[in-house]
Amino acid sequence: MIARSLTDKGRYWILILPALAIMLTFYIWPLVEIFGISFSEPRPGFDNYASMFDSRPIRTSFVITFRVAAITTIWCLVLGYIVSYAIYNTKPKYVGLMIALVLLPFWLSVLIRSFAWIVLLGRSGVVNDSLGAIGLIDKPLPLMHNEFGVILSMVHVMLPFAILPIMANMKGINPSYVDAARGLGASELRAFVSVYFPQTLPGVLSAALLVFVLSLGFYITPALLGGGRVLMISEYITYQIQELLNWGVGTSLSVALLLATAAVILAAGRFVNLRRTFLERG
Amino acid sequence: MTTAGRLEPVLSVRGAKKHYGEVRALDGVDLDIGEGEFLTLLGPSGSGKTTLLMAIAGFTSLDAGAFRLRGEDITDLPPDRRSFGMVFQGYALFPNMTVAGNISFPLKLRKWSKAEIDARVRECLELVQMESYADRMPNQLSGGQQQRVALARALSFKPSILLLDEPLSALDKKLRADLQWELKDLHRQLAVTFIYVTHDQDEALSMSDRIVILDHGQIQQIGLPDQLYNQPDTRFVADFLGKSNFLEAKVCERLGGALDCESGGERFNVTGESSSYNGADRVLLALRPERIRIGAQGTERFHGVVRQTSYLGERCHLILDHPGFGGVLVSAPTWRMTVRPEVGGEVSFGWDDDACVVLAEDQ
Repeated sequence: MIARSLTDKGRYWILILPALAIMLTFYIWPLVEIFGISFSEPRPGFDNYASMFDSRPIRTSFVITFRVAAITTIWCLVLGYIVSYAIYNTKPKYVGLMIALVLLPFWLSVLIRSFAWIVLLGRSGVVNDSLGAIGLIDKPLPLMHNEFGVILSMVHVMLPFAILPIMANMKGINPSYVDAARGLGASELRAFVSVYFPQTLPGVLSAALLVFVLSLGFYITPALLGGGRVLMISEYITYQIQELLNWGVGTSLSVALLLATAAVILAAGRFVNLRRTFLERG
Repeated sequence: MTTAGRLEPVLSVRGAKKHYGEVRALDGVDLDIGEGEFLTLLGPSGSGKTTLLMAIAGFTSLDAGAFRLRGEDITDLPPDRRSFGMVFQGYALFPNMTVAGNISFPLKLRKWSKAEIDARVRECLELVQMESYADRMPNQLSGGQQQRVALARALSFKPSILLLDEPLSALDKKLRADLQWELKDLHRQLAVTFIYVTHDQDEALSMSDRIVILDHGQIQQIGLPDQLYNQPDTRFVADFLGKSNFLEAKVCERLGGALDCESGGERFNVTGESSSYNGADRVLLALRPERIRIGAQGTERFHGVVRQTSYLGERCHLILDHPGFGGVLVSAPTWRMTVRPEVGGEVSFGWDDDACVVLAEDQ
């Protein structure tokens, strides 16, 4: 009876109200608080932001963050492109299985996957022990607690985020384009370079943006495999707040990371269809 | 069966076989295609016509058999080394290149000079009347325009053979009819061999020099359009190309060049048939609906009751019930109809002695 007296628009708002309330209370409000704290702790003003530019460790952490994210993105694109290409050029009956294998890691916690890498890469991990046992190395290789280990496991975690957009893109490409190029005299490589690859660029750019943005704020994997030596910005923030109770620095770094990420997305928006990248997962 | 007539064969297909599991897409096809010919591969879907075209183009490999281009074996040559022009069903214009970019693509691969390329692109655009569209992207063109660009691209490097895979199937009826004239005109101008795949019999009849009818991966009949239409060998051909009535008949006796046949309790002569049927042979006759005349009661030999009528403007289709023949489909020109058939009414009908075609045993 009440519903009848409402307009369609009113009913629509009632339906999304619970979700909206949760978002406002537990997401938007804390964000506003963080913003506020960054300007008021330990005393009101821009001190936190000013010191951010003076502090070497913070600058280093930002550089590491962007470098690790960039390298991770490049590897994910290369590997993801190959995997996607393989999926759509294999026998059709295997496509389902291969897509399932790509999605499988999503059902496994990032924490577990990161610990699995520790088991593999540690000083007396599977890789070092095996290489030592067959006499290839005298002392353990430094496989983790460095950027190599962080990037390796981050590529592993991020790979599906690269594969999915590229795959969705490739799925929409009619194979007759490549046939047409071949028929017109192009070699296999030339047909790929001139005709196929340009058509997959939107998917590649979407994948790049998605992986890069997710990598910027990544915490668990760099924390576990970096062992405190590859201090990405998220871990730096955690350290400031949990260990040093330095709320002012922690929150201002959070705001900076948020703004940096937003800047990346806005810049990318010139080349990438953002709506497709973030809202329409194929 | 496979003579190319007076034409020198440019492409020969020998024993082409291609099986997909249990499905025989090509089941031993032999074919000679003449220089400068407009040859159409016609058949229902799954008949093997597209498989044959794709194998000629080099996109599908044969299980057995060979292709020879002017005597040279090209069976194992990859598609880019065959240099046939090809127009795809969905046009397959490269979406990342302009119209001019698409047309110049094969020329750049062949390392033509810039000046040569520019001249040739302009020439090709003129050929398909698309001069003012050189800088457009394919997605800014209508279906018919894309079709023209695809044609220009396929012809730009002056291939000796042009392969066309149902190029008009995505267009509406009127545009399709216009483009049929244009294609035929283009073929006459260029003296290029066209191998054309379609499932549309009107297209095949209106454009082709010769038609190859395929079914189940085998050639059913090859011939000139009117030859196939008027002298179908088999029931399949008679049924696929146009419409036919089929009458099972018994030959009562041979009267010189004619057969005196009995079917459905009626006797009539069948002429124009040269093979050696004799008395007591059973034959299958095909009778085109448009060869049947209808008239007021008593003006023709047979009598039937009108079961259904369908008015199509220029023609009127009727289904007549005859106690012996069963349902008989008649297609009469409306301007010449002397009776106005009513459903349930009686009309008389008949045909000339040369209207029936004796079909070979069905394969």
